[in-house]
Amino acid sequence: MSKLPPAIEIEDLWFSFDKTPILKEVGFVLDQGSFMAILGPNGGGKTTLLRLILGILKPDKGTIRVLGLKPEEARNSLGYVPQNTDINLSFPISVFDLVLTGRLSRSRVGRRYTSDDKEKVNTILEKMGMFEYRHFPVGQLSGGQRQRIFIARALATEPSILFLDEPTASVDPEFEVGLYEFLEELNREVTIVVITHDVGVISRYVKSVACVNRTLVFHGGGKITEEMIDMAYHCPVDLVAHGIPHRVLPEHEE
Amino acid sequence: MWEPLHYEFMRNALMAGVLVSVACGVVGTLVVVNRIVFVSGGIAHAAFGGIGLALYTGLPLSLGAGIFSVGASLIMGAVSLRNRHRTDTVIGVIWAVGMAVGVILVDLSPGYHVDLMSYLFGSILAVSKSDLWFMLPLDLLIVLTVLFFFREFLAISYDEEFARVRGIPVNALYMTLFCMIGFSVVMIIRIVGLILVIALLSIPPYIAEKFTSSLGTMMVLSTLFGILFTILGLWISFNFNVTSGAAIILVAGVAFFLSLAFDRVGGSNLTPET
Repeated sequence: MSKLPPAIEIEDLWFSFDKTPILKEVGFVLDQGSFMAILGPNGGGKTTLLRLILGILKPDKGTIRVLGLKPEEARNSLGYVPQNTDINLSFPISVFDLVLTGRLSRSRVGRRYTSDDKEKVNTILEKMGMFEYRHFPVGQLSGGQRQRIFIARALATEPSILFLDEPTASVDPEFEVGLYEFLEELNREVTIVVITHDVGVISRYVKSVACVNRTLVFHGGGKITEEMIDMAYHCPVDLVAHGIPHRVLPEHEE
Repeated sequence: MWEPLHYEFMRNALMAGVLVSVACGVVGTLVVVNRIVFVSGGIAHAAFGGIGLALYTGLPLSLGAGIFSVGASLIMGAVSLRNRHRTDTVIGVIWAVGMAVGVILVDLSPGYHVDLMSYLFGSILAVSKSDLWFMLPLDLLIVLTVLFFFREFLAISYDEEFARVRGIPVNALYMTLFCMIGFSVVMIIRIVGLILVIALLSIPPYIAEKFTSSLGTMMVLSTLFGILFTILGLWISFNFNVTSGAAIILVAGVAFFLSLAFDRVGGSNLTPET
């Protein structure tokens, strides 16, 4: 069996925005089938890194290969769930129509949706428990429901790699656990990359971790170590590992 | 009530109202959901430069206005794609410079120009058969383009970034949209004048949006609202002998405030199917 190209391969990546360096010397290789968490403080460059991998931004220096291809060539295999799902709440669009846009791609511009497209969307909506809401206006859903719809849209693209940017930022804890269990199941077929600053819940599901704060430290193993967290945050955090809360690092001195 | 229809100019005016309402319904819907109403106002006012140019060079006025409004659309499209945060400044500049160019060119043109008022406030009652034949193909072009790329326009209007990741040619589609705004503006100027373009582009879609959660239905509904406002406005204009363009906009404005009041009283209560 020939070896699969890595899901993501980054070498000596530099990126700055208006001369402010955002990322420097970033490099790692992520195998297909992995479940990676990208941790780090706000403003540390997590979302920028994601946008570079998706080909929305171009690096100043360095190379990015996604599934062995340039990011813009790999696009059709990438699913993406953005951080903000509360954009455009007044937009006239139903759940079904939104998820259906996941079936669009460059090669089929101007073509109608097929019955196959619609069936796939229905199947995904059922899987996400949102089938009954398919004719509902997206703007009237709750935060958690909207999150599900955006995941459904990403799944409708039938991705090889699924990226989620802070998927649990605006949802209840119950949904959070449910989401990660769902992703764990999905991970049998799809490589998953999740951006989060919530180290706790995710630690029992991930297979590898990248800590991003200007630079990137990659850990292939699933264990989140104290050192990684310290590096990622430069400040103490509450770590809830395997359901047992315990404080790892001391609070800031007043 | 039907007496006005005995006159050919009234029948032409009604036809023009229908044709323009279609363009307004389709393009206006995209303008409203993309939040570029202000851009459209800028394009309309910049078109005055084209009217000045036409007077100065002896070109047909619609052609002059067309050149300037499509030109201004393309510039604004390019600017808003490249530099989102300064778009409003550039719109303001093009808006003002276009008008200034128009005024100067009018000054330089010999003779007295009664016709100018009709471009500021519209002259739907002066629409000729040949004007209608000029509007019809523009309408068809707009409707066919939006029908063909409807799914893509929906995707880029809702979530541009996702559309980019899917490899949809976002920039090309945006420029197409801006071109269509340019075409619509030329048509609307004939009806309500460049000062009132924004109202006819934005009010029908704004009201239509409240009744539907589908972009396509919103386009159809706002076309119907546009037709309704034009007919009522024409009727008022005919019976009370007031400027037709302003009458149409006032009807639309009253409908707009009624829809706001309606919002206050009772919103929609939707429940999922079970």
